[in-house]
Amino acid sequence: MKISDVLHETYTALSANKARSGLTILGIVIGIGSVVAMISIGQGASGSIQASIQSIGSNLVLVTPGFQRGAGAGPVSGGRGSATTLKQEDADAIQKEITQALAVAPEISRRYQITAKGTNTNTQVVGTVAQYPQVRNIQIDAGSFISEQNVRSLSKVAVLGPTTRDDLFGEGSTPIGQSIRINRVDFKIIGITKSKGGTGFGNQDDVVFVPLSTAQRFLAGDTYVTTISVQAASPDVMATIQQEITDLLLQRHNISNPQLADFQVLNQQDIVQTASAVTNTMTILLASIAGISLVVGGIGIMNMMLTTVTERTREIGLRKAIGAKRRDISLQFLSEAVMLTFFGGFVGIALGWIISLLVTQFAGIATSVSVSSVALAFGVSAAIGIIFGYYPARRAASLNPIDALRYE
Amino acid sequence: MIECKHIHKVYKIEDIETQALKDISFVVKDGEFVAIMGPSGSGKSTLMHIIGCLDTPTSGEYLLDGKDVSKLSDDELADIRMQKIGFVFQSFNLLPRTSVLRNVMLPLVYAGVPDTERTKAAEAALRASAFPEGFWNHHSNQLSGGMMQRVAIARALVNNPTLVLADEPTGNLDTKTGEIVLDTFQRLHKEHGRTIVLITHEPYVAEHAERVIHIRDGMIVEDGKVKNRRIANHQRKEV
Ligand SMILES: Nc1ncnc2c1ncn2[C@@H]1O[C@H](COP(=O)(O)OP(=O)(O)OP(=O)(O)O)[C@@H](O)[C@H]1O
Ligand SMILES: [Mg+2]
Repeated sequence: MKISDVLHETYTALSANKARSGLTILGIVIGIGSVVAMISIGQGASGSIQASIQSIGSNLVLVTPGFQRGAGAGPVSGGRGSATTLKQEDADAIQKEITQALAVAPEISRRYQITAKGTNTNTQVVGTVAQYPQVRNIQIDAGSFISEQNVRSLSKVAVLGPTTRDDLFGEGSTPIGQSIRINRVDFKIIGITKSKGGTGFGNQDDVVFVPLSTAQRFLAGDTYVTTISVQAASPDVMATIQQEITDLLLQRHNISNPQLADFQVLNQQDIVQTASAVTNTMTILLASIAGISLVVGGIGIMNMMLTTVTERTREIGLRKAIGAKRRDISLQFLSEAVMLTFFGGFVGIALGWIISLLVTQFAGIATSVSVSSVALAFGVSAAIGIIFGYYPARRAASLNPIDALRYE
Repeated sequence: MIECKHIHKVYKIEDIETQALKDISFVVKDGEFVAIMGPSGSGKSTLMHIIGCLDTPTSGEYLLDGKDVSKLSDDELADIRMQKIGFVFQSFNLLPRTSVLRNVMLPLVYAGVPDTERTKAAEAALRASAFPEGFWNHHSNQLSGGMMQRVAIARALVNNPTLVLADEPTGNLDTKTGEIVLDTFQRLHKEHGRTIVLITHEPYVAEHAERVIHIRDGMIVEDGKVKNRRIANHQRKEV
């Protein structure tokens, strides 16, 4: 029997019972559709999380203060990062000792109420140095960033993030030369940064930059820093730099047990890896739940095929009587099951695609339907057809022609 | 040539044994037109299944054209059926929702015959069984009983079998259409020289053959020539 004849018989059989065939593949459609949608949402989410981690800088090693313990604080522990254990001198030492560090940018940040000509807002004020834009991947839209000269001379100048600019001076304005008041100190605006995207708590655009020295003197009144951002020369040396910084700071802070360190050193790669591990786990979890519905769909196919074999016992007997071999019969029934799942898989992929487009449209979550997930879905649906069609096909093929013809 | 030697067939269902055939021996030469007669339950269909290689005997030998087929496997039997035998069943057994032409060419589909060749063969077979040309592309379930039986006969002829087996081919038909079918068999026998084994329980139908084998309770009770052979009186134009 030729393949074209097998397909002809398959088509005739399936189209004879369109409603039942349609209902049977619904399970596969839903299963494949949700697998494709889940994977696309997972991959999209992981992509956008990685992009936003990358946008804070490249080859970044971050040093933040740790818990503030002991020293009369008793059992009460301040939150991570709340301590004032990192000093300006630590940053200077890193700059001097760690030769593989391309740039070092200490910062002191805190939220303040900011006023400007009748409007006001509450936002993050970051005191930092001229290297900051390079280290943290910040671009200037208008004017200029804080210069080394500004830091040295304790200039009262400020660079606004686009969101803060919008809140204080109106959208799209260029308020360079105007002044804002932070904590009763007037600052002159010298630049606006470009937008980096992000919303809500992750908004990297709602910020005001001032010189580090100015922030320490006039705003914080102390020389501690809240973060030291170190840019490594290449991704390969990040781990080395991380270790060197840890050793250096332990020594400077007179701590012999690394477990008791009053700071922590984070590697950007670690953050990326952790984040993608989390999103991968999420994706696998979602896809497995969707996969369960695929198995249920496959059982539906098997159920229908078994019913069909019983219903068409006479037909099978006749086919065998006029010369059909076991192989011809099992091929025909297997091909019916595979055709069903293949068609279900096709519709399911379209459905999953539409779902992921709708999710992007209405939920604002980035999604990406990859070629590999489509190929996977097709492979899985064909495999389900073969696996769940095999048993009914074998049953049909092993029917005895006489028993089959006598069957009423 | 058909040679049955001491054939027994026992059906066993849940410890109840039924002796369907007991020590059946006979020979049918090529080109003979034989009727097998007997009351219901006498084992006619069972015998036809064995002659037609649909089933194998429990004991005894069955030689088809000199070859012992009683020990062959499922697929080997299917091959022999495909090459040598054409079946006409009591209840037509056509595929519904399938055109007359496709039904007729089905044996050739399984034999792997190319499309144009098998269409030609199917058309020839339909003509030989006097099936009206205007209905060739109708679905089989849109036909009358007599027409369906002629499609079944055409299907039995399409692979040019040396042996045509018919199990009560007129059982479901009225006398007039029955006559048409019997005429078709007589022509196939006379004009095309086929070996025909026809099963019936009606003496009237059996008298259209050259020879009648009577069986009762699974045994041959009589085997002889038909004295006054009937010729189906049917004008083919009436179809
Ligand atoms: N597949 C089977 N399983 C069990 N018993 C069977 C089977 N086929 C036939 N028999 C039994 O064998 C005997 C002969 O049956 P068979 O069908 O050959 O009779 P028949 O002469 O064709 O009858 P009818 O004229 O009613 O068609 C019967 O008693 C029947 O019950
Ligand atoms: Mg019978």
